[in-house]
Amino acid sequence: MISPADFVQIPLDDWVNSFVRDFLVPNFRPAFRAMQVPITKVLEQIDTFFHWLPMLVFTVGLTLIADRTAGRGVALFSLVALIFIDMIGLWAETMTTLSMILTSVFFCAVIGIPLGIWTARSDRVLLVVRPILDIMQTIPSFVYLVPIVMLFGVGMVPGIIATIIFALPPIIRLTNLGIRNVRGDLIEAAEAFGSTRWQMLWEVQLPLALRTIMAGLNQTLMLALSMVVIAALIGAGGLGLTVYTGLGRLNVGAATTGGIGIVLLAIILDRITQSLGDKKGVQTPSLWQSLRSLFSASKADVGAQSGKPA
Amino acid sequence: MKPKIRVEGVYKIFGEDPQGALDALNAGKSKIEIFEETGQTVGVQDVSFEVGEGEIFVVMGLSGSGKSTLVRTFNGLIPPTSGKILIDDDDVASCSAERLRKIRREKITMVFQHFALFPHKTVAENVAYGLKIKGESAASRRKKALAALEQVGLAAYADSLPGELSGGMQQRVGLARGLATDPQILLMDEPFGALDPLIRREMQDELLHLQKILKKTIIFITHDLNEALLLGDKIAIMKDGRFVQVGTAQEIVDNPADDYVAAFVADIDRGRVFEAGHVVTDPVTVEQNEKGAAEKALQLMEEHNRNALYVLDNKKVAGLVTYQELSVAAREEGRTDLTEVMVTDVPVVDQDTPLNELYGAASAGHPIAVTDKRGRLTGVIEVEAVFSQLSGDASEDETGEEGSTPPAEEKTETAQGGTPR
Ligand SMILES: Nc1ncnc2c1ncn2[C@@H]1O[C@H](COP(=O)(O)OP(=O)(O)OP(=O)(O)O)[C@@H](O)[C@H]1O
Ligand SMILES: [Mg+2]
Repeated sequence: MISPADFVQIPLDDWVNSFVRDFLVPNFRPAFRAMQVPITKVLEQIDTFFHWLPMLVFTVGLTLIADRTAGRGVALFSLVALIFIDMIGLWAETMTTLSMILTSVFFCAVIGIPLGIWTARSDRVLLVVRPILDIMQTIPSFVYLVPIVMLFGVGMVPGIIATIIFALPPIIRLTNLGIRNVRGDLIEAAEAFGSTRWQMLWEVQLPLALRTIMAGLNQTLMLALSMVVIAALIGAGGLGLTVYTGLGRLNVGAATTGGIGIVLLAIILDRITQSLGDKKGVQTPSLWQSLRSLFSASKADVGAQSGKPA
Repeated sequence: MKPKIRVEGVYKIFGEDPQGALDALNAGKSKIEIFEETGQTVGVQDVSFEVGEGEIFVVMGLSGSGKSTLVRTFNGLIPPTSGKILIDDDDVASCSAERLRKIRREKITMVFQHFALFPHKTVAENVAYGLKIKGESAASRRKKALAALEQVGLAAYADSLPGELSGGMQQRVGLARGLATDPQILLMDEPFGALDPLIRREMQDELLHLQKILKKTIIFITHDLNEALLLGDKIAIMKDGRFVQVGTAQEIVDNPADDYVAAFVADIDRGRVFEAGHVVTDPVTVEQNEKGAAEKALQLMEEHNRNALYVLDNKKVAGLVTYQELSVAAREEGRTDLTEVMVTDVPVVDQDTPLNELYGAASAGHPIAVTDKRGRLTGVIEVEAVFSQLSGDASEDETGEEGSTPPAEEKTETAQGGTPR
């Protein structure tokens, strides 16, 4: 059979090799190294804090937060799960993973929310950003691990960079979506009163998009968690490393405990961030307000009548 | 007086090629033809008018006639394709973004059909929005917002969320938000369109009541002719983006410019449009203490072909005598004292009472006395005149009478006193 390859062969792999090895690495390595600095700084802060914080204080604190935001059930679950993690001997690894995740999510938010706002305000920007996001979401993460190692080396921070690339799209997409979905008549009203673009953003668009943005943040967080094992391939530590070494040494026990640790952490973080989105969500009156209106229903009726002009 | 808003030749074409559509319009093509041939939508075509300070100018038209588009050009939410919109001396259509923002902050606000209240802000924060945008301090914002809410009777709801209020209440908040910055001009795009008829009626009255105090210049959009006639000092009827008639309520009802307007006018409530002043005739009277009053009264009635006549006491209405009773008493029994046969329980109304409030007064069958503010008789209304005006075939002499009152005065009376409270 004849195939096109008999006539023309494209050495794409060679091209990419020479592009990365002979162009990117020698010319831009210092620039890429410099990019690591802020990530390293933030990671160090968070990591030191969580490793310094006594296990009990952390557990009680998180349980209280869960209680305030997501309710009694989630709080109870968090309490039990955290104690369990400590008992299976993975506390330090869990804190390392948590620091890594929070650092990634922090940078995703810092990059993603402004970018999402920008794409919401300009169709042209959206036209450019959208295909990039599509690529980021479809390309298998293993593909960019190699160039990342070549440019950034191995370790925690390269792992975080891979995580950021993987987890960034949803926060951008949902920020864009949330702002674009703000009702047109509200935008018109804000404009009719003479708002500047900043006032419009701050007073109307962001508050009304907040629920969607929080949903994006939640998705970003979940994606970041799903990267911890892959990040361990390029030298990130924590629970991912436990699973990865367990895999390498066929130590089913270690892999399983590491996996359970990740799952428990994921459930706790998911529940709490989800409820943050719901809580902050507008349109639905808060629990306190609905309770108040329930008990003062009769009073409100009287108010409604006296509210009308004579 | 210098007009507050002057609109000159405003066109708005939606689409890629507005110039092509403008040329087609000038060549006499219709809105539909242009859309079919070029795909361009004519939103507004060749609209010009003026609104004086403190006037309510109503734009009335069916869905899709371009009302919303037109009103949005006045505060620059939609830039017109061509034409001028002068507010005082600024042309909104061509001024800088900075200047436009200043005009929006200081001079002109808008009330929306679907309220457009910010769901994440409390009622007071919504009302204070314009003030916040202007950079006022929190304390002064709150104070002004509460004052504006007080005007619409909702001060008690300052800290509720808009979602907790009924439609009518939400629109009051919308109105308060429009009033809070104390603008000179209020744009209202079908503000009562989403309300049910009862609440709507209430809001119309409330608006007129507020307008008496506030004297804003208002552009009011509606698709309801009754609402237009009730509120408008001047009314424009819009069709396919064009004004087909501009005039006072009475002018439009009495002289519809074409069949389109006539079709609208056909089933409106004339009793609310026309007032006592429209059907009044010159009074024929006698003073009760005059010598030979009884005989004079009888002669006057015969002369003017009336069967009742008003008796004055020093120019004030004292009562009414009917031809029947007076002729029996005076000519047959010789009793010439008018006060003996006079009916003192007579219907008395103001010049600007709407006709539909005269039914009660007319039910006794006696002519109705029309008095001025000092209680002096300025005219009488024959009962038949009321009903012929209501049925739309007012006879010539009544319209003649009406024409003798100066129209300008009539107009302001419609605006300020034309509503029953
Ligand atoms: N953004 C737009 N793009 C294209 N066409 C538009 C746009 N806005 C309005 N139009 C068209 O302009 C015309 C006038 O619309 P407009 O909304 O001003 O009508 P309206 O009189 O306010 O109607 P309604 O009573 O339904 O609110 C309609 O034919 C409409 O389809
Ligand atoms: Mg409209």
